[in-house]
Amino acid sequence: MTARLIFPIAVAVLAPFASAQSDLDVLPVQGNVYMIAGAGGNITVQIGDTGVLVVDTGLAQDSDKVIAAIHKISNKPLQYIINTHFHADHTGGNAAVRKAGVTITGANVTGNLTDARQGAAIIAHENVLDRMSAPTGKQSPTPPDSWPTDTYTTGQKEVYFNGEPVQAIYQPAAHTDGDSIVFFRHSDVVSTGDIFVTTSFPYIDIEHGGSIQGEIDALNRIIDLAIPKHEEEGGTYIIPGHGRVCDEFDVVEYRDMVTIIRDRVQAAIKKGMTLEQVKDAGYTKDYDARYDTKTGIGSASSFIEAVYKSLKK
Amino acid sequence: MRPAIFLLLSVPAFSQFAGSFTAASAVDLSGNWSPVIMEDQPERIPGPELVNYAGLPITDGARMWAESWDASRLTLPEHQCQVHVAPYIYRGPLNLRVWDEKDPQSQQVIAIKQYISTYEQTRTIWMDGRPHPSPNAVHTWMGFSTGKWEGNILTVYTTHIKQGWVRRDGLPESDRATLVEHFIRHDNHLTHVSIVTDPVYLTEPLIKTQDFVLNLQEGQNWLYPCEYVEEVSGRPKGEVPNYLPGQNPFLHEYADKYHLPLDAALGGAKTMYPEYQLEMKKAH
Repeated sequence: MTARLIFPIAVAVLAPFASAQSDLDVLPVQGNVYMIAGAGGNITVQIGDTGVLVVDTGLAQDSDKVIAAIHKISNKPLQYIINTHFHADHTGGNAAVRKAGVTITGANVTGNLTDARQGAAIIAHENVLDRMSAPTGKQSPTPPDSWPTDTYTTGQKEVYFNGEPVQAIYQPAAHTDGDSIVFFRHSDVVSTGDIFVTTSFPYIDIEHGGSIQGEIDALNRIIDLAIPKHEEEGGTYIIPGHGRVCDEFDVVEYRDMVTIIRDRVQAAIKKGMTLEQVKDAGYTKDYDARYDTKTGIGSASSFIEAVYKSLKK
Repeated sequence: MRPAIFLLLSVPAFSQFAGSFTAASAVDLSGNWSPVIMEDQPERIPGPELVNYAGLPITDGARMWAESWDASRLTLPEHQCQVHVAPYIYRGPLNLRVWDEKDPQSQQVIAIKQYISTYEQTRTIWMDGRPHPSPNAVHTWMGFSTGKWEGNILTVYTTHIKQGWVRRDGLPESDRATLVEHFIRHDNHLTHVSIVTDPVYLTEPLIKTQDFVLNLQEGQNWLYPCEYVEEVSGRPKGEVPNYLPGQNPFLHEYADKYHLPLDAALGGAKTMYPEYQLEMKKAH
């Protein structure tokens, strides 16, 4: 598959996750953090005296609505975008949202301070830039003004913003090969990207470096970060890539489901079953009525296929 | 009963709240209530037996979920303090305290509050006509409840409930379940009717009743602190105890113990109705 083809296919594949409503749903989550739903992937917004930081930017076509919604929450300058991964329902609004923001640089600004304005900084794991760009001379799958401007290759990227530490924590080979979960340490909120969703089975993009074990490891990392307030409820809140606001226990039930289905497929492989036999075995029947989108990504069939292929690697 | 209050709140002086407050109660549910614990006693203590799903309108998916469930899952730290959800918690051995939350200016009832001793849960039943939250809002063990008086019956509608139990031997209730309840006071006796609708794990609504008696003494056992501990040393990180399909060693235990056909123990809507006795006789 050439780089030129990746972007249109990615958009088509992500159709089930597309924006399904005209009005966005803006919810206060906890502390400085809000969630915007309805623009493709969920968007996390952190506000404060310093400015605005967002995690993901939704679909390109919803950018105007997203920017308007952000401005309703805060009129402070939008300074940071963090991308949890490269898929278009989470990065499609990068260019427009970046343009609506501003980077305040550190030292060495000469002349008018407006010279330093270059749109919001876009932070992501290096692999996100690799997926969104292309080597010099080749056609990139996404326009350059949507690319991450500030990438990291080590375990995490840290920002202290609006009076709280914000960590982008790399999760290797999970939903993709460039996943970050974002932890707002003072507000006590974790934004997970598509490692965790409440609307479907996991979409493990094994063509772009995802894997079932990485997905399970990432879900367990989210559970490790979360601390419930009382009787396994509240405390740390979780913003999924798609779906409703959650807390630790919601992630626990989802982790259990993913692990149990992995165990079943693993046992089937040991018995020598083919992919088609595994698909026909009904190994997701106990979760289908809750999570099966029937077609495309997030469906039981695509999930089983991804688990099988990932375990056979 | 407090008919005087009912009349007072109905006079035009309070009409400014019309539309924002529902009609006031004719019945006062306030007080400490204790369960009639011998009612459905095995369900409460020691709790339901494994693979006893009889009389419950469960889906095939729910049955598979339960057959995969290994009770050892409750030893995982993040499951140890798992609370019984609102549709299930009243079957526990609990004390129940009920009181009204009133607007300080108008003295109208804003909410009916309940403290449930098991798992230290506080329930709020909003009586001021507020809407239910967005579908994207967080779910809780007790859910989001609104109530209204229908004559002398308090009817409550609850959404936003976490995933929990239909029965705590592994039968799941999904986070898409909704609950309708009726609280009916007969002097010092309180009947609680619950109707659970779950599009994921039930094929038809599950209707249950349970009873409480007024406890004039301050009850005991109001606390239920829970802090997880390491129950299984050396368990590999990320392990989730479960039975692979067809490998639940307890599948026949309940049916064999009570000389029931396995089909009956495995439940489903058909096992709720008297006609099922004829079917069992034909088969056996």
